[in-house]
Amino acid sequence: MEYILEHADYLLPHPDGVTPLLTFIIFLPLLGALATLVIPKTEVRLMKAVAVFATVATFLLSLVALSNFDGSTHKMQLAEYHSWIPSIGVAYFLGVDGLSILLVLLTTLLSILVVVCSFNAIHEMEKAYYSCLLFLETGMLGVFLALDFFLFYIFWEIMLVPMYFLIGIWGHGRKLYSAIKFFLYTLFGSVFMLLGILALYFFNSNGDYGTGELTFNIIELINNVRVPTEPIFVGLSSQDLIFLALFLGFAIKVPMFPFHTWLPDAHTDAPTAGSVVLAGVLLKMGTYGFVRFSLPLLPTASHNMVGFMATLAIIGILYGALVAMAQRDMKRLIAYSSVSHMGFLMLGIFALNPEGVTGGVIQMINHGISTGALFLLVGIIYERRHTREIAEFSGLATTVPIFAVFFAITMFSSIGLPGLNGFVGEFLILVGMFKTNVAYASLAVIGIILGAAYMLWLYQRTMFGEATTPENQTMKDMNVREIGYMLPLVILMFWIGLYPRPYLNLMRPTVDHYVTQMQERHLAEKPVASAQWSVTSESQRQVLATDHWPPAIAFCLSPSTSHWPLATSHCLSEGR
Amino acid sequence: MPIPAPPLSEILALWPEILISLAGCALLLIDLLTDRDRKAVLGWICFGVVMLTLLGTLLQPPQGGSIFGGMFLADGYAAFFKVLFLIAAALTVLISLRYLDDEGIHRGEYYALVLFATVGMMFMAGGGDFITIYLGLELMSLSTYVLVGFIRRDGASTEGAVKYFLMGAFTSGILLYGLALLYGLTGTTNLAAVAQSLSGLSLDNPALVLATILVVVGFGFKIAAVPFHMWAPDTYEGAPTSITAFMSSAVKAAALAGLARVFVVALFPSAEIWEVLWWILAALSMILGNVVAIAQTSLKRMLAYSSISHAGYALIGVVAATQAREVGLAGALFYMFVYLFATMGTFSMVILLTHRGFRSDRIADFAGLGRTAPLAAFVYIIFFLSLAGIPPTAGFVGKLVVFRAAIESGYIVLAVIGVATSAIAAYYYFMVIKTMFMEEAVVQPQLSPSRPLAIGLGVMVVATVLLGLFPAVVLNAVTESVKLLQ
Repeated sequence: MEYILEHADYLLPHPDGVTPLLTFIIFLPLLGALATLVIPKTEVRLMKAVAVFATVATFLLSLVALSNFDGSTHKMQLAEYHSWIPSIGVAYFLGVDGLSILLVLLTTLLSILVVVCSFNAIHEMEKAYYSCLLFLETGMLGVFLALDFFLFYIFWEIMLVPMYFLIGIWGHGRKLYSAIKFFLYTLFGSVFMLLGILALYFFNSNGDYGTGELTFNIIELINNVRVPTEPIFVGLSSQDLIFLALFLGFAIKVPMFPFHTWLPDAHTDAPTAGSVVLAGVLLKMGTYGFVRFSLPLLPTASHNMVGFMATLAIIGILYGALVAMAQRDMKRLIAYSSVSHMGFLMLGIFALNPEGVTGGVIQMINHGISTGALFLLVGIIYERRHTREIAEFSGLATTVPIFAVFFAITMFSSIGLPGLNGFVGEFLILVGMFKTNVAYASLAVIGIILGAAYMLWLYQRTMFGEATTPENQTMKDMNVREIGYMLPLVILMFWIGLYPRPYLNLMRPTVDHYVTQMQERHLAEKPVASAQWSVTSESQRQVLATDHWPPAIAFCLSPSTSHWPLATSHCLSEGR
Repeated sequence: MPIPAPPLSEILALWPEILISLAGCALLLIDLLTDRDRKAVLGWICFGVVMLTLLGTLLQPPQGGSIFGGMFLADGYAAFFKVLFLIAAALTVLISLRYLDDEGIHRGEYYALVLFATVGMMFMAGGGDFITIYLGLELMSLSTYVLVGFIRRDGASTEGAVKYFLMGAFTSGILLYGLALLYGLTGTTNLAAVAQSLSGLSLDNPALVLATILVVVGFGFKIAAVPFHMWAPDTYEGAPTSITAFMSSAVKAAALAGLARVFVVALFPSAEIWEVLWWILAALSMILGNVVAIAQTSLKRMLAYSSISHAGYALIGVVAATQAREVGLAGALFYMFVYLFATMGTFSMVILLTHRGFRSDRIADFAGLGRTAPLAAFVYIIFFLSLAGIPPTAGFVGKLVVFRAAIESGYIVLAVIGVATSAIAAYYYFMVIKTMFMEEAVVQPQLSPSRPLAIGLGVMVVATVLLGLFPAVVLNAVTESVKLLQ
C-alpha cells in the first residue's frame, strides 16, 4: 500500500484502498479447482456446478474491476503490492491498465464458455478435467495482471501443465505427440525469455544503466532501465540480443512463422475447450508480451527489428492463409487461419504507431472472440458427427439453419467484414502499417483476400449444396445451451464492429502513453546503425515519432458518435 | 615437541561430528544385541540422533573462525552444508525403513554407514586444510562404496559397487597427486595459506596447471561431471534405491562443498586455469546428461543421467563465482539445497513402487499410475516440475539464481546452454508423466506405502513447493553463509 502511494504517478490503488480485487480474480478459479478436486468421483453434476460457479463469479468480479477502471488514464490501476522475496527483489505486484483490462475480460468470459461447452463432450476423468480448466484460468489471468517478472514467469509457465494434460488426456488423434510438442516448444521459448528477463534485471542492477537496485518489478524496469545500444556481437547490441531472447518466448507463443508448427497440431488434437482457450487466450500472451515488455523496455531494438518482425509477420499471413486453403480438416483450417491472423496482429504492433498498436490490441480481443467462436462451432458438429473432415459435410444450411447462421456471422467476423469486429482491428492495423511502410501493408492486404477465400470456400463446401448423406440430413441443430454460449460472442462481434468506441477508449490513454514513451526513449538513445537489421529510415523515424493521433483514428474516437456506425453501414451497403 | 591439547571450546565446536561418529559406533554395538527382524529400532535410533544434531545445528549459530590450527573451519558455510547433509541423512533413514525389509537387506551396519558417510561429508564442508577435506572425502567414499553393494545377492548392486570403488579409488589417487603438487608448490596444505602463496605464482607454471587439472579431475569424478561420469549410471542403477537417493543428493552436495572450498578459496588465484575447465565440464554435463537421459528405459538410470546434468547446473554457480563470488556460490549452494528434495523425492517414489519381489525400475511400470494412485502421481509431477525447473517449484528458483549468477558474471553462453538443456530435460520428465497419465497400465502398479516413507515424501513435497514460493529464508541463509567464506 505504501509502495503504491509512493508511486502515485503511475499507480492507482483500488478506490477503497484495501480490497485485493485482482487477487480475488486470479485465485478464485484456483479455489474452484481445489474444490473440484475434493468432490467425489461420481458427483459429476456437482463438479460442473462448481466449475460454472467459479468461472461466472470470476467473470462478475472482472466486471466489477471494469466498473472501477478509469479509462482516462494510463496508470496501472487496482494495484496491489506486497514484498515477497526482498533479497532478490521479487514482489507480489498486480495491476491492470488499458492493455490488460480487455484481455482479462476476454479470459473470464471465454472460461465460462469453455466450461459450458464441455458438458457433453467430456466423459472421463471429469474431476481432473474441470480442475485443469480452472487452474488454467488462474494462470492466464495471472499473466495479464502480474507486474513483477518473477510472478509473471510463474503464471506463464504454470499454464503449460494443465494445457499439456488437456491436450494429452482429453484430446483426439495424435494427442500425445501434440501435447508434448506444444509443451516443449513453449518451454523452449520461455527459458530464453527468462534469460532476457535476467539480463534486464542485471542491467538495472548496474548503476550505469538503471537504478542499481535488484528488482523484477516490471514498471520500475520500464521506467529506469536503459539497455545499451552499442553493437557487441555480430552487429547486434545488448538491446537487440535481449529483444531476440524475449522474441523467442513470445514469438513461439504467438506463434510467428517459423515457430508456428506446434499450433496446428495442438489446436487440432485438443478438445474443443482446449482449442478455444489456446486460440482465444494463450496466443494473446505472446502479442501481449511484445506490447507490454519488448516495446517499452527495448525501444531501439524494437525499431531496429521492424523489418525483421514485419517480414516474419507477412510470411505468416500469406503462408498461413495459403496452407489453410489446402486443409481437409476444419480445425486444422482454423488453426492455420490463426497463424495468418496472428501475423496481422504482429504487423499492427510493429507499425510502432498508435493506430497500429491500438489495432493490434483490439485485434487480440477480436481474434479471441471470432476464432474462439469458430472452434466452439466446430466442436458442436464434432460432438454430433465425430469427424471434422470438410468433405464429410454438405448442405448443412438446410438441415441445421441456426448453426449455419451462427457460422456465417462468425466467419464474416473472422474475414473482417465491415460491421463486424474483425474489420475494426484490421482497418486500424493497415492504417498503422501504411504509415510506417507501404510495401508491408500492401502485402498484408493480399492476406485479407486470401482469408476471405478460404473461409468462404469452407462455408460453401459445408453449408451449401445438397445434404447427400443421411448423417447430414438428420443432423440436430444447436440446442439452447449451445445457442446460449454462442450468443455472447456474436453480440460482442456486432458490438465491437458497430460501436468500437468504448473499447478503443479504454485502451487509448495506455497505448498513447506506451507509444510516445517508446518513441521518446528511442530518440533519446543514440540511434546506432546496426545496419543489416535496421530498416526504418530517418524519415520514417520522424513519421513514427508523431505523438498526435492522426485523423483516421481521431475519427474512430470522435465524441460525435454518429459518424462511425453510419460510416460502417455505408461500407456494408457498398459491400453488398 | 609436546603437542598442546586443543582447548575445550574447539572440541565443543565439533560436537555434531563427534556426536554422529559416536552414534555410528554405538549403532554397530547395538546391532549385535538386536534381533534380525527388529532392525528398524536401529533406524529409529539413527533418525533420532540425526534429528537431534540437526536441531542443535539449526539452533546454535555458527561460531566462525578456524579451529584445530586451521584444520577445521566452523563457519556458516560448514553449518549450511551440515544442515543439508543431516536433512538428507534423516530422509534417507525414513525412506529406508520399509524398503530394506522389502529388499531383504535390513542389517544394522546400514545405518552406521550412513552416519559415517555423513561425518565424512561434514568434514569435507568444514575442512580448512587439504588433509581434512581429503580425509572427509575418503570416509564418505568408503562408506558409500559399501552401501552401494549392500544387496549382496544382486549382481547389479555388486557391479555398481565395484565400478564405483575402482574408479573412485583411482581418482582419489589423482586428486591426491594434484594436492601433493600444490603442497610442493606452496609448502602448505592450509587453504588460506595456499591461496596466499599461489597469488605470487605465475599462472604459466606447468606444475600449477597440472595440479589444477588433477584436482579438477578428482572432484569432477566425485560430483559425476561429464566426462568423469562413467560410473554414475551403473552405480545409481545398481545401488539400493535409498542409497541412490542419498548419493544423488548428499554425496553430490558434499563434493560441491569440498570443491567450492578448494577452488574458490585455495585455488582462487589460479581461477583463470580452472574456470575454463569447470566451464567445459559444466557444459558437457548439462548437454550429455540431458540428452542421454532421453534414451533411458530404466527410471533409475534416467534419473542418474539427470543427476549428472544437475551437477552441471550447480557448477555454473562455481564458474560464475570467479567473477561474482558471492552471487555465484550462493546460487550453487541454493541449487544443491533445493535439488536435494526433488531428487530424493523421485527416488523415494521408486521405493514406493518397490515391494517384495518386484522392482519398479522400468518407466513402463508406471503406466496407469495416474488413474490407480492419483495422489502419488500428483506428487511425482511436483518433483518432476522441480527437476525441470518449472515454477512454482523450488527447482525454478534454483535455476533462476544460477542463471542470474551466470549472466551477472558474463557467462552468457553457459547460461544459454543451461536454459536450452533444461528445456530438453523437460522432455524426458514429461515422458514419465505421460506414461503415468496417458498410457494404459500393463501391470497394475502396486504401492508399498509405509508411514515413515509417507512422512519423508511429505517433507520433500512440502519443501519443494514452499521453497519455490517462499525461498527468501534459505536464500538469505545461503547468502550469509557464503559471506563468511574466507
